[in-house]
Amino acid sequence: MAKAAIMARSATAGDGALADAGGPALRDDKDNSSNMNRREARQPRIAIADLAREAEAAQTVGDFTATDPVITVRGCNVWYGETHALRDINLDIGRNEVIALIGPSGCGKSTFIRCLNRMNDTIETARVSGEFRMHGEDIYDRKTDVVLLRARVGMVFQKPNPFPKSIYENVAYGPRLHGLAANRAELDEIVHSSLRRAGLWDEVKDRLEEPGTGLSGGQQQRLCIARTIAVSPEVILMDEPCSALDPIATARIEDLIDELSQNYAIAIVTHSMQQAARVSRRTAYFHLGRLVEVDATDKVFTNPGHKLTEDYVTGRFG
Amino acid sequence: MNGAASQEQVLERVRASLGRRYRQERRFRLYGLASALLGLMFVGLIFGTIISNGYTAFWQTQVLIDVYFDPAVIDPGGGRDPLELARADYNRLARAALTELFPDVRARRDRRSLNRLLSSGAAYQLRDMVLAEPELIGKHRAVWVPADDEVDMVVKGYIDRSLPEKSRRVKDRQLAWIDRLADAGRLERHFNAAFFESGDSREPELAGIGGAALGSFYMLLVTLVLSFPLGVAAAVYLEEFAPRNRWVDLIEVNINNLAAVPSIVFGLLGLAVFINFLGMPRSAPVVGGLVLTLMTLPTIIIASRAALKSVPPSVREAALGVGASQMQMVLHHVVPLALPGMLTGTIIGMARALGESAPLLMIGMVAFIVELPGSPFEPATALPVQIYLWADSPERAFVERTSAAIIVLLAFLLLMNGAAIWLRKRFERRW
Ligand SMILES: Nc1ncnc2c1ncn2[C@@H]1O[C@H](COP(=O)(O)OP(=O)(O)O)[C@@H](O)[C@H]1O
Ligand SMILES: [Mg+2]
Repeated sequence: MAKAAIMARSATAGDGALADAGGPALRDDKDNSSNMNRREARQPRIAIADLAREAEAAQTVGDFTATDPVITVRGCNVWYGETHALRDINLDIGRNEVIALIGPSGCGKSTFIRCLNRMNDTIETARVSGEFRMHGEDIYDRKTDVVLLRARVGMVFQKPNPFPKSIYENVAYGPRLHGLAANRAELDEIVHSSLRRAGLWDEVKDRLEEPGTGLSGGQQQRLCIARTIAVSPEVILMDEPCSALDPIATARIEDLIDELSQNYAIAIVTHSMQQAARVSRRTAYFHLGRLVEVDATDKVFTNPGHKLTEDYVTGRFG
Repeated sequence: MNGAASQEQVLERVRASLGRRYRQERRFRLYGLASALLGLMFVGLIFGTIISNGYTAFWQTQVLIDVYFDPAVIDPGGGRDPLELARADYNRLARAALTELFPDVRARRDRRSLNRLLSSGAAYQLRDMVLAEPELIGKHRAVWVPADDEVDMVVKGYIDRSLPEKSRRVKDRQLAWIDRLADAGRLERHFNAAFFESGDSREPELAGIGGAALGSFYMLLVTLVLSFPLGVAAAVYLEEFAPRNRWVDLIEVNINNLAAVPSIVFGLLGLAVFINFLGMPRSAPVVGGLVLTLMTLPTIIIASRAALKSVPPSVREAALGVGASQMQMVLHHVVPLALPGMLTGTIIGMARALGESAPLLMIGMVAFIVELPGSPFEPATALPVQIYLWADSPERAFVERTSAAIIVLLAFLLLMNGAAIWLRKRFERRW
């Protein structure tokens, strides 16, 4: 019932957006030059003819709710200065589920997950509106402590970014910040178990004091995952965690995600359709700032409900 | 037309232009090499002249005299009262010892010229010996005492003996005595410790850079203690915490402008504010330090901001991502990573401050000061100012001392720049 109301709202908002549907392509050039190229230039764009189809995306196809949601997002809009990066996104992230966010570059996947732990706060030009709740609490409420939020919603970034410190210190940093360990023994325990769960323990157990930056790319990424799970978050956001890794390292991370999904809700952005198909239970397809379709992964890949989704998953553009 | 050109034609054209391109490249490289060599030549020239002029100042001619520590002169009362001992006429002892070496010199005028071979520092040295060891009184002792700067110049070969006597400050008689002393093995060049230990003096053989170096040291200490924390804090605030608005922009622009203000203006400011308005002591290193702080702050702020900017955003995101607050992110990760860059900037700023003389002239650090400063609040000069003062002195011996002081200053500067390079290399990180 509530769902229907929201559907209606997003539809009307979408209609409003229709008015400038012809705009984006023209506006984009201006935006790119004016926001100082903070991001690399966007990837191949869709032909003008596709823009018409974009309008159809105003309404999300499929079921964006989750049965046991940890995070619920309603009517999310994000602007970077004048760029309207996300339009009316509604999406739930359920407990212990892996949800994959796919879509062409620049469609707003990163922007979306960065809203969930308020990482966009650090970008001066970014403006976020909409309703974000975690267990019913408003994420963007004034009283919400960002630090606490980020402890509950961990993040793994595209490029492995261990601190230029020892492996041990990398993992111990979060628990230490939040005072999760009463003494050194407890801290050791947290560090060791986090490394174990991240599948890195056997490789590094003899060199915990060596710098984390000296590991291979895949190991670094697993170290970052260990660092994230060391503070026992409820949700882990992963922004293309494997895009800088070779296939073997990627496979390891995917196995890891599989294991982690028993205890954590995971939202993973990926460019690889196979990866999405392998690790996720639900898949959300983003297109030009809109959430076009979200549904069970099988359904999205075998029987997509939207033409844009179909074109994307069959590799016709992207 | 382009489209129509066949592959062979294209190849032909490329080949035709190749020769010209290579020639251009060679010419360009030649220009670069030539200018680098020219620069190197000048550096070599500067160092060459300074070192060849100055290295002799690190040795000082001394005379071996047999001193009789005559109780009648030093302590007629016999009370061994230190005050009494300090006041005695030690010159007489030195003169007596010299007379003993030259019994043939009788005439009063000759005696006086003879006595002039010894530095007035000889008396101080004898006094200090007696004060340190009163048992010496009544004993004979062979002592090396400093020779006069003219003797020093003769020994070092700076005085042309072939000149007519009238145009020489050292007369023929004196030259003969010097030669006799040398033949007797009583004239030797010793390491010139006084040059490093003592303050300024009218007598070149007694003048040293100790006071100036100490003044510079106090000044840099004040500068470092003030400008490093202030500069880093300002940079951290501006780079990490300040909102982006017009006020902050204004501050930024002004900091950049301050970095370009001529240093003498800071001297004037110091004179007006610290000395005239706040009533701080004139000629004191603490004021010099404050002035140099004003001068180096912009440099440090700019360098520190550049260092902060170069910390990759991924590290910041990583810290925030595990729940560090803005402050924790900055203090735990960004500042430590930026610290080498900040230190490098600070050292370079310090090196500039060390070599600065113009603002110090304005605040009276150009005085003739013999005493070593005991604290930053006592009058002192600084190394570059000392160089300026000596360069103005007419005595030949001050020429080499000027160069020697320059060598010491350059050594400090090279040391500091070396430290900056070492820091940069040592902490260079790849992420
Ligand atoms: N920091 C930023 N400043 C300005 N525009 C940005 C910024 N980050 C992203 N954008 C813009 O927002 C849109 C969505 O970007 P993003 O979320 O990074 O896409 P994705 O992760 O799906 O590739 C793009 O048009 C991009 O140009
Ligand atoms: Mg992205």
